[in-house]
Amino acid sequence: MSDASYFDESTTPKLPVAAPLDFIALLKPRVMSLVVFTALAGFLLAPTLPHPLIVFASLFAIAVGAGASGALNMWYDADIDAVMRRTRLRPIPAGRIDADAALAFGVVLSILSVFTLGFVSNWLAAALLAFTIFFYVVIYTMWLKRLTPLNIVIGGAAGALPPIVGYSAATGDVSMASLMLFAIIFIWTPPHFWSLAILKMDEYGSVSLPMLPNVSGLRRTRLEILIYCLILAPIGAGPWLLGFASWLYGVTAVGLGLGLLYLAGQLFFAQDNATIGQAARRMFAFSILYLFTLFLMLTIERVLSFMGLF
Amino acid sequence: MSDKDPKDEELSSRQGIVLTPEQVRGRRARNIAIGLGVTFLAVLFYAVTIVRLGGAVANRSI
Repeated sequence: MSDASYFDESTTPKLPVAAPLDFIALLKPRVMSLVVFTALAGFLLAPTLPHPLIVFASLFAIAVGAGASGALNMWYDADIDAVMRRTRLRPIPAGRIDADAALAFGVVLSILSVFTLGFVSNWLAAALLAFTIFFYVVIYTMWLKRLTPLNIVIGGAAGALPPIVGYSAATGDVSMASLMLFAIIFIWTPPHFWSLAILKMDEYGSVSLPMLPNVSGLRRTRLEILIYCLILAPIGAGPWLLGFASWLYGVTAVGLGLGLLYLAGQLFFAQDNATIGQAARRMFAFSILYLFTLFLMLTIERVLSFMGLF
Repeated sequence: MSDKDPKDEELSSRQGIVLTPEQVRGRRARNIAIGLGVTFLAVLFYAVTIVRLGGAVANRSI
């Protein structure tokens, strides 16, 4: 081997061109914002709030933890992301970030976020955040996602944990109220993602992901969506029934729950593929509105309550 | 007579890996982002420490 091979392009690592925005994209900012939003709702369930700076720092740590999970998910799923139209422009398949750099970024941020949360709030919250990251990356991404159509049913627990993490960061404890918010997101996740899976059947099929519509067919998926919505509608009203949200929240939750059931019914009874596609699109969009509205109402009510205005 | 090894001289005279303008821009932007991130964390940890210590920290018997 000659000395010139030392600088040979084929033997030297590819130098990165990634801009900071590429690393931010790796954190899945939209998912991060949803996690912060639901964790804040959990925070606000606490009888008394810690200092605003502690609230801010805790939410920051939870957001970074969620982002780290997203980065590790993109690192592991880079092979299937490169095939699917929806994900092929993500930083790793697009070639802007090296897979090893994404892995290092995700691991460092995971550790940083857990220890930051432990330092600024308490170690129960930090342990719950570590468990959330572990559950999303190892249990969901590495194990269940490519194995079973129950992937998002079980994996949904990771997305449902932030309110519990938020509440425990504020109080050092877990309460029935925070478990109620966990239950709402946990039951909401399958019908939300199965509606998307109906719309993206071909893409998921192209990478052999065992999503429910691909494995069990459209009929079974639509039935499952309907059943989950039947369970979700009363659970959505749970915060009011348990007494930590007002009647205004209760009326909204019941109204939105009925709307969700109506759309799930429309999807179930749709006859042809075009109608099923339209109904699934409406169901997907409405499910986002459903969760967002419920958590927004809870947040506003609690903020007004802390200000003595409600 | 120079006591430098000719092989070392040859190696040090080489240009090495030359970054493209895009790579230079990327590296600079990443360095700035890391600097800002570390500064933010230092300020945050300092402020949280002060808040957690509380206002009466100076009023203690020595």
